[in-house]
Amino acid sequence: MRLKKAFRVWQRHLKVYTKLYKSSIALNFIEPILYLAALGLGLGGFVGEINGVPYIKFIAPGIIASSAMFAATYECTYGTYVRMIFQKTFDAILATPVNINDLIAGELMWGATKSLLYGTIILIVVSLFGLIDSSIIILAIPILFAAGLIFAEISLIFVAIVPGIDSFNYFYTLFMTPMFLFSGIFFPLDTLPPALTGIAFFTPLYHLVNICRAFSFGQPSTALPDILYLFTVVIILAPLPFRLMRKRVIK
Amino acid sequence: MNIITTKGLTKYYGDLKAVDNIDFEIAKGECFGFLGPNGAGKTTVMGIIYCFMPPSAGDVKVFGMDVNKNPGEIKARIGVMPQEDNLDPDFSVLENLIVYARYFDIPKKESSKTAWELLDFVELRQKADVNIKDLSGGMKRRLLLARALVNNPELLVLDEPTTGLDPHSRLSVWEKLRQLKSKGTTLILTTHYMEEAERLCDRVAIMDSGRIVAIDSPISLMKMHGGNLEDVYLKLTGRRLEA
Repeated sequence: MRLKKAFRVWQRHLKVYTKLYKSSIALNFIEPILYLAALGLGLGGFVGEINGVPYIKFIAPGIIASSAMFAATYECTYGTYVRMIFQKTFDAILATPVNINDLIAGELMWGATKSLLYGTIILIVVSLFGLIDSSIIILAIPILFAAGLIFAEISLIFVAIVPGIDSFNYFYTLFMTPMFLFSGIFFPLDTLPPALTGIAFFTPLYHLVNICRAFSFGQPSTALPDILYLFTVVIILAPLPFRLMRKRVIK
Repeated sequence: MNIITTKGLTKYYGDLKAVDNIDFEIAKGECFGFLGPNGAGKTTVMGIIYCFMPPSAGDVKVFGMDVNKNPGEIKARIGVMPQEDNLDPDFSVLENLIVYARYFDIPKKESSKTAWELLDFVELRQKADVNIKDLSGGMKRRLLLARALVNNPELLVLDEPTTGLDPHSRLSVWEKLRQLKSKGTTLILTTHYMEEAERLCDRVAIMDSGRIVAIDSPISLMKMHGGNLEDVYLKLTGRRLEA
């Protein structure tokens, strides 16, 4: 993988995005804000406080994390699949000096960029609502990129093995949605049976939620193990999307 | 001087032998055609030459370099016009050329100049800002040709350059290819149109089931076997080319 060539792929995606974002960006706000409003205000009225924190403030950092997660996964499942199969963009690019490793690196970097972008936008929005106590939350922004790499890696691994675009339903229903619901965004995990808590502990979203929450309450040091975990997972997963996508694309 | 030499080139897809132990050489400045029906292995041979996929066995050298060892250097000097439209649907005509040039690390200033020259060459200057969706099939083909030229390639690989085009658009593409050949660009193309092979190619390789059954100039082939190229093909392979 050569960074310069991967950057060319990233540049292409950015150029497409700058042309199309106007028609889609509003949609990306609406869903997280709906969760925040429905659960934070609605359910929050019954729940009151969790660990001494008003419920809406408890979930706000988690919504930043989940927005970042969904941004990278949508990009690197549907987006990548359309480029690979329907638009044949991969074929076009691979006829140039860009090779498959450069191309996959570009996809990963772009997916992570989307995490950074959408996570940051939601971060700004919830901050403007007054739901974040500490300005240390700004330091979470680079971590959104790292976490985005993990979600992009997982997505590309899936893209490399699916028979068709409909298979993504399995990915979202069986993997993404449970992760979203049981990652500690909406309730502390110690209320769950230990087996479920154990599973949640291995998901990257759980750790990203911890990080965002710790930073928004001004206690970044408590999130150090989570940060370490995320960076380790980025590296451990890294070889897989490259190996599997090569197998899929190069006959 | 040979631009391409292959010895024992073989390609498997799983258990399927798509290309079966073929040898050929292509000289600089030549226009060389692979003739054969769908599934004969033409596109696979092309893909191996422009380093899209590795050969399963055999020795393939392009510009004297091994396709397994120097794919990046080889690809930098090749232009590829694919069989299928893989233009970027979100970009305009001009943007398609500029973005593609970036993959070759051509600076914007230079690629912008080249892009306009190429749009003139393929007669699409008026369409520079048009969306890809609004181009006709013939225009898309011409744009694909222009895109294949952004890096000023020494070798142009054309996979069925005129398949699906109306006669007028076909003539227009042929005319462009002749101009490129007269400039000294080496051309390799696949086709299942006899007329295309006769008109453009210095030499053709007739392929059938992954093998080359004959290589020669169209004229020699016709002299040797009698009739037109269609008859030669029928005689050598026992089948007709479906157009």
